[in-house]
Amino acid sequence: MSAGLQVRGLQKSFGGIIVADDINVDLAPGARVALIGPNGAGKTTFSSLITGKLTPNAGEITLDGQDIRPLGEADRVKAGIAKTFQITTLFRDLTVRDNLRLAAQERDGRARAWFKRADSWAEVEREIDAQLAAFRLEALGDKRVSDLAYGQQRLVEMAMTLMLKPRVLILDEPAAGVPSSDSHLITDAIERLPDDLAVLIIEHDMKLVFRVARSIIVLVNGRILTQGAPNEIAADERVRDLYLGARHHD
Amino acid sequence: MTRLMRIPFAVEALLIALLVIAFFAFPYNLAFVTRILIMVLFVLSIDLVLGFAGIATLGQAALYGTGAYAAGLFAVHVTAAPLPGLLIGMVAGAALAFLSGLVLLRTKGLTLIMLTIAVAQICQEVANKARDVTGGADGLRGIRMEPVLGLFEFDFIGITAYWYVAIVVFIVFLALKRLAAAPLGLSLRGIHESPERMLAIGAPVYRRQVLAYTLGGGIAGIAGALAAQVTQLVSLEVYSFTLSAEALIMLILGGTGRLWGAIVGVVLFMTVHHVAASADPYNWLFFIGFMVLGVVFFLPGGMIRLPQALLRLGRQR
Ligand SMILES: Nc1ncnc2c1ncn2[C@@H]1O[C@H](COP(=O)(O)OP(=O)(O)O)[C@@H](O)[C@H]1O
Ligand SMILES: [Mg+2]
Repeated sequence: MSAGLQVRGLQKSFGGIIVADDINVDLAPGARVALIGPNGAGKTTFSSLITGKLTPNAGEITLDGQDIRPLGEADRVKAGIAKTFQITTLFRDLTVRDNLRLAAQERDGRARAWFKRADSWAEVEREIDAQLAAFRLEALGDKRVSDLAYGQQRLVEMAMTLMLKPRVLILDEPAAGVPSSDSHLITDAIERLPDDLAVLIIEHDMKLVFRVARSIIVLVNGRILTQGAPNEIAADERVRDLYLGARHHD
Repeated sequence: MTRLMRIPFAVEALLIALLVIAFFAFPYNLAFVTRILIMVLFVLSIDLVLGFAGIATLGQAALYGTGAYAAGLFAVHVTAAPLPGLLIGMVAGAALAFLSGLVLLRTKGLTLIMLTIAVAQICQEVANKARDVTGGADGLRGIRMEPVLGLFEFDFIGITAYWYVAIVVFIVFLALKRLAAAPLGLSLRGIHESPERMLAIGAPVYRRQVLAYTLGGGIAGIAGALAAQVTQLVSLEVYSFTLSAEALIMLILGGTGRLWGAIVGVVLFMTVHHVAASADPYNWLFFIGFMVLGVVFFLPGGMIRLPQALLRLGRQR
């Protein structure tokens, strides 16, 4: 029984189209794995199968040896699997602090408390301060999310997700839509993630991938084409073809 | 508004002042002011369900009506003491909301709205058919309330009724005010804004929506019970679509998701109704219609936002 997330023989199809074909992935504590591949390869689908948004046709998913397939989306979060969305998904009309508070109160199981003010748990407020500081968002805590730049919103989403104290974190294209002048914010944030956290990064930005990933999985048409250390992947002819090919179509 | 809330007991003081002023300002219209207060309570229940939790409903009357019939039947058959009747009305509204919510909240959008309407229609049909129990189209008669707490006799002018209703509305409003600022209120707003994100932070969205709907049902049930006790009559009208729809219009007029909007919207709507309907009994709805259009286009946050909007206009000059 091994620690972390284990995926074995994962299979999923939509109608006749196979989008996950016999996928095996291990995410041990501290892992920094990147999942790359062309658009439509099935990367987001893979994330949704892990988080429980989609149900696989076959295959096993275990967390610390425990089968998590019977768990619904919310229960998998409680079990320690958290994600950020490909398209930032936040509470846009609420303040940044309220966004983080919401995550903390779900984590602590007191979201049904109705008498005390939501901001009256001093320890959580200090945690929020620390989390905002870690993402250099201190000055924006009382701003509404919809008033922030997109790059800042991505950081808020990461900060909020970390408030859940997850053990496995899935980042779906964290740099997508972020202006290149701000993408270093994302890279820095990923580099500062807790050491024992298992991280899966779905990403198109190769610069980011090669900076943060210690292992890379290449997904094509729902199948793992190859996987290995960044230098191996960079030297792989098939991957280079794929990416040069993809460039031409972009 | 938010700055006002920081002063201790500002909300309480303001509410008490409003209730006392209303009492002395309309000595011959107390029954009407009492009706306004009951309507405020009903619209507050919709604000919790729709304004906070984002559950679209056009059938809140189902919960109001069930509270009214439950309290009325309780007074006729068990005891005519008001407070136990109020409790029964609340439990009845909450129970129906819970049971129907389990099914309704599996759906959303137009389907949800249609189903909420259907529940109210079914209730009305059941009440109509069960004339032995409910009096059917003639209404439930013979409700004679005992004094409140055994002390305060319901009088002809409606003084007791007014203060009885006023105190209940006051307590519920303060409770909702707390709830709105507490984790539960925040989580309901979260569900309203992004159910997907709520799931992704581990919130059991469906269960929490059922909870919100049940709480709203309890409050609507209290409103219905008050109406039954104060008017000493329950008719099939308590389940009418018009009641649900008008209450929703009042909420939109006043502003959703902010509690005070319910007060502003109800007072505005019912005053316009009262005044305009006696001046022009055929066209007053036009006037309401124009007000709603005006609010939707120029004050999307409702009338409660009017002062801020005027300030902003003033600054732009
Ligand atoms: N809910 C769905 N129903 C049907 N097809 C889907 C659904 N979600 C994704 N797909 C299809 O599955 C394939 C993989 O999509 P996705 O996982 O989003 O790819 P990626 O994230 O790698 O770009 C695409 O062909 C997409 O059109
Ligand atoms: Mg994707």
